Amino acid sequence: MFGSGVLKGMAETARNFLGSYVDKDRLTTVQYPEEHAPRIEASRNFPFLVYDGPDPMAGLRCVSCFICEKECPPKCIIIEKSTDKKPDAVGKPQAYPVKFNIDVSVCMSCQICVEVCPFDAIKMDVDFEQTATSRFDALLRTKQQLAKSNEYYHQIHPTEAAAVDAELAAARAKAAAPKPAPAVAAAKPATPAPTSAAMASPVATAPPTAAPPAPPTALSSRPEAACRSGETRSATTEASPTPDAPAPPAKETASE
Amino acid sequence: MTTPDTIDQIFVITKHWLLGYVPAPLQPIASAILSVLPVMGVFPLLFAITTVLERKGLGRIQNRYGPNRVGPAGFWQPAADGIKSLTKEDVVPRNADQIVHFLAPIVLVIASFIVYAVLPIGRNMVITDLNSGLLYFFAVGSMVELSVFMAGWSSHSKYSLLGAMRATAQMISYEIPLVLAAVVVIMATGSLSTVTIVNAQTGYTMGFPHWFVFTPWGFAGFILFMIAATAESNRSPFDLPEGESEIIAGYYIEYSGFKFALFFLGEYLGMFATSGLAITLFLGGWAAPFSFLTWIPSYFWFFAKLLVIIGVFIWVRGTLPRLRQDQLMGFAWKFMLPMTLLNVFVAAAWHFLPTGIIRWAVCTALLVIPFIVFSMGLKQNKKLQVRTYRFAE
Repeated sequence: MFGSGVLKGMAETARNFLGSYVDKDRLTTVQYPEEHAPRIEASRNFPFLVYDGPDPMAGLRCVSCFICEKECPPKCIIIEKSTDKKPDAVGKPQAYPVKFNIDVSVCMSCQICVEVCPFDAIKMDVDFEQTATSRFDALLRTKQQLAKSNEYYHQIHPTEAAAVDAELAAARAKAAAPKPAPAVAAAKPATPAPTSAAMASPVATAPPTAAPPAPPTALSSRPEAACRSGETRSATTEASPTPDAPAPPAKETASE
Repeated sequence: MTTPDTIDQIFVITKHWLLGYVPAPLQPIASAILSVLPVMGVFPLLFAITTVLERKGLGRIQNRYGPNRVGPAGFWQPAADGIKSLTKEDVVPRNADQIVHFLAPIVLVIASFIVYAVLPIGRNMVITDLNSGLLYFFAVGSMVELSVFMAGWSSHSKYSLLGAMRATAQMISYEIPLVLAAVVVIMATGSLSTVTIVNAQTGYTMGFPHWFVFTPWGFAGFILFMIAATAESNRSPFDLPEGESEIIAGYYIEYSGFKFALFFLGEYLGMFATSGLAITLFLGGWAAPFSFLTWIPSYFWFFAKLLVIIGVFIWVRGTLPRLRQDQLMGFAWKFMLPMTLLNVFVAAAWHFLPTGIIRWAVCTALLVIPFIVFSMGLKQNKKLQVRTYRFAE
């Protein structure tokens, strides 16, 4: 009959109209300022600087090596290196950033600064409410505003933070241990490598790149940085959700 | 005068009381102003309420909340919209015909307002009781087409012109079924006066009203009138003239700020006016639906019926997708026009047949059988196939 389709459609919309008052599950809207949609752990928005210990400025992991500033595609990071050095978390004298600014309006949240950082000093935050009342100074985030504790990092990205902490602990243990001979130093990064290669196939190429740059008598920080960067790579690939790898699930359950 | 009567006539009494303070030579113009001002206040207010109700209703149909931020449950939204459209820049295209471009929304709003002159809002509540009220309504209602074409032509934009062309074609095509659907009521009452038409429907039999919608020709006439009214007011599913997806906003694409708001206002006022006319013609105007409810003031019933019809308009808008231009025209000329013409004959048959069950059966059959034949015919002509396109080389 002519018009029966119209009536069927009207019945359907009437059911939706009344149903939305009866059944709250029908309404998919998240009323944003009051409600927030559940955040997925891998979400990221804007970088922040990680610090250890109670004092934000003293505990910054950043050694102002300028790698992130150089790698940043839109050039939104501005670093000024200190002339003096102060002991870092390991106790080694390191330079620190006098100024570390990131321009919110320029940052494109690409995470490249995080990927290139050899010291795990810069990580991605999840705070997306980056509004400011002024176009100029307020959008330039300073070192003080960017510094956030490692506990906060654990809170927002538990799995990733646990992996990073494990890496750092291993590196510190290695740094604390006496390094008498090149054989020992070369063997140390090599020992975890086979296991990780066995765990996840994409990591198989990582150990050769990590192991060679370990000259034992080099300048104080260089080998450590190289080792760390190599291990950070493998750690991130391990932490990334690869369902066929047997080990990461155990790690995830432990961290969660 | 009893208390319900006093409440029913409160506005009329107030007007006469106020007129008593006006010197005699000025009384005609004062009377006109006192009649017009409430209409000019109430219907834009209804427009404001309708916009927020429409947005909330459409939202609920789509399982959303709709506006719920400004004021309690979002009911100050129209005020926010009004402030926004007032403070927006009024952009006029450089190539536009400045005068016509400026006049078009004004003509639309004026045309939409002056049809209310013959609309009986309550008992004794009509601005003028013209004895050719219906004719006046349809004649003035045609001014809307003029303003729409003014807007489309003066904007000097292809989308505006396409929208205006579509709107004019659609409005002229649907004006014929609109008027023909109203003709049956004129045949039944023998009058063009809207007040006489409402008075003809105020009786009750066993508590039930004598509305024309409760007759076969009245029911068919009401449905056909409402379909034509939807097309006349450019509302979904007949909103091709302002189809956002293909011609952006049709004839008012080049309008911004308060002129755009005036177009919106004019459109809604036109919708209220045609709905009000449908109420006057078929739903008994300000008459109560049952005889035991006559103590409720007449204007309350008018606005209650109007809100119900607006609700159905919103409901239809939330349900039906937009028609194609050929479907629109085909529907007007192949279905609406024959059905309204047939309905005129049915009304004549109703008038000449003796009262009783036979009259009901004959008139219903005269309407239902052609309707089924029409729908079968339309179904047979429907060819579902992969479309082939030809392009210019």
